[in-house]
Amino acid sequence: MVRTALPGRLTWQAATVTAVRAETPSARTLVLDIPDWPGHLPGQHLDLRLTAEDGYSAQRSYSIASDWPGSGPVEITVQRLADGEVSSYLTDVVQVGDRIELRGPIGGWFVWRSAQPAPVLLVAGGSGVVPLMSMIRDRGRVRGRQPFRLIYSVRTPEDACYADELKRRVRDDPGLDVHFVHTRKGPDPKRIDVATVNTYGWPPDFAPDVFVCGPTGFVETVADILVALGHDPKKIRTERFGGK
Amino acid sequence: MGIISRGFGGRRRDSAPNLPPGQYLTHDFPVLSAGPTPRIPLDRWSFTISTEVGQKHTWNWAEFTALPSEEFTKDIHCVTKWSKLGTTWKGVSLDTLFEDVETAADYVMAHSKGGYTTNIPLEDLLDGKAWIAYEFDGEPLDPEHGGPARLLIPHLYFWKSAKWVNGLEMMHEDEPGFWEAAGYHMYGDPWSEQRYQGD
Ligand SMILES: Cc1cc2nc3c(=O)[nH]c(=O)nc-3n(C[C@H](O)[C@H](O)[C@H](O)COP(=O)(O)OP(=O)(O)OC[C@H]3O[C@@H](n4cnc5c(N)ncnc54)[C@H](O)[C@@H]3O)c2cc1C
Repeated sequence: MVRTALPGRLTWQAATVTAVRAETPSARTLVLDIPDWPGHLPGQHLDLRLTAEDGYSAQRSYSIASDWPGSGPVEITVQRLADGEVSSYLTDVVQVGDRIELRGPIGGWFVWRSAQPAPVLLVAGGSGVVPLMSMIRDRGRVRGRQPFRLIYSVRTPEDACYADELKRRVRDDPGLDVHFVHTRKGPDPKRIDVATVNTYGWPPDFAPDVFVCGPTGFVETVADILVALGHDPKKIRTERFGGK
Repeated sequence: MGIISRGFGGRRRDSAPNLPPGQYLTHDFPVLSAGPTPRIPLDRWSFTISTEVGQKHTWNWAEFTALPSEEFTKDIHCVTKWSKLGTTWKGVSLDTLFEDVETAADYVMAHSKGGYTTNIPLEDLLDGKAWIAYEFDGEPLDPEHGGPARLLIPHLYFWKSAKWVNGLEMMHEDEPGFWEAAGYHMYGDPWSEQRYQGD
C-alpha cells in the first residue's frame, strides 16, 4: 500500500451559486463560485453543509461534475430523491445568488489522472454518472488519447444527465463511446447484465482502468460482473452513493 | 454555526439523542468499499496478528470460530454521514485474540484481503472495545458487509472497521492506512467529527 504525505486541512467556506441548470426533470446542476478552491482531480467530491435558522444542520457529499481548468467555477449535479432532505432543497429551493457552505476536494482513490495511459471503462447508474462526467470532460480538456467507454444505466431516456453534451462529444471524438441502458422505458428496457458489460466494455486483457459509480446495488452487480469476466479486482474502483 | 441556508428547514424526522453530530439515521445497511466485493472461501480464510519483532499468531476458520465469542449490540457511524443504531453482532473480542500476544508497540495497522489498510491505536482495540465479527443479526456476515469476518470498532467511524480483515500488524509509530493517506482523519472519532485530516 502506498504511504503518501497527508494533504492539508479542509476548511468550510461559503460558495455562491452563480447558475442553475436543469439536466433532467429531477436533476439539476449547480454552478458554484468558490473563492478559495485549490483545484481538484476528476472523481473527487465535496461535502456540503446546510444550516437552518435554529442551527440545525445537515451534511451530504456530492461529486464534482466539472473538470478543473485551473480556474473557474465548480459544478455539482444533484438528483432529487423523493422525500430527500438535502437533495430536494438543492434541486427545488436553491437560487442563483444563494450561498452554500462546503469543503473539499475530498477523495484520492476514485480519481482519474490524465497521465494514466490505460484505456478507461466507466459504468454509471443514475446520478453515478457525475464523477465519471468529470473524467470525460477532463480527458476532453487535455485532449487525452486514452480510449474511453461509458456504459450509462438510467430508467428512461429522459433521465440521462448531460445527454446533449455526451452526444456532441461522441460525434466529435472517435476515442469516446457511450452506450445507454434503459431499465424502465425505451426501445429495449432491461437491466445491465454480463452481455452488456462484455459487449460495450473493454476486454479484460486490455487491462482498462475501471470506474463504477451509482447506487449500492448497481455497483455491487456491475463489480461482480467485471470480476466474473476476468477483470483484475485491483483495477476496478467503485464509489457507492447509497440507496438501493 | 455556519451561514444560514435560505429556506432550509430540514426534515429532521430521525433525530435521536445518541446520534453524533452531522450524522443521520438510516434503517437499511449501506455498503461502502473501494472496489469489488471479494468472496473468500472459509477453507482459505486465515487471520494473523504480527508483532513488531516478527512473531506471528495465526488462526484458521475452525480455530477462530472455536474461540470464545460474544454477542453485542452497538451503534455504528459512517463518515459518509449515516448512522445505524442498535446493530447486533457476534464475534471474537480482540482481548481474546491478544491474550498470548506480547507487544510493546502502541499502534496497529489492520490489513484486508485486496490490500485495504487502516490504522488504529492498540488501546482502542482492547478492553472490550473491538471485535472480529462474523455474524450480523444472527446470520453469517454477508460478503458485501465484510464477510466472512470484519473488524468492528463501533466507537470510531466505520472505515476503521476493516472489512475482509485478515491481519493486524503492530507498529511503533502511527502510520496512515488507505483512506487516511487520502486525507481522512488519523483517528476518526464520530463524536468530535474527525472526518478529515485536521478536523
Ligand atoms: C462520495 C459520494 C458522492 C455522491 N455524489 C452525489 C452526486 O454527485 N449527486 C447526487 O445526487 N448524489 C450524490 N451522492 C448522494 C448524496 O450524498 C445524498 O445521499 C443524496 O443526495 C440523498 O440525500 P438527501 O438528503 O436528499 O436524502 P435523505 O434525506 O438522506 O434520504 C435518502 C433516502 O432515504 C429515504 N429516507 C430517509 N430517511 C427515511 C426515513 N426515516 N423513512 C423512510 N425513508 C427515509 C428518503 O426518502 C430518500 O429516498 C453522493 C454520495 C456519496 C457518498
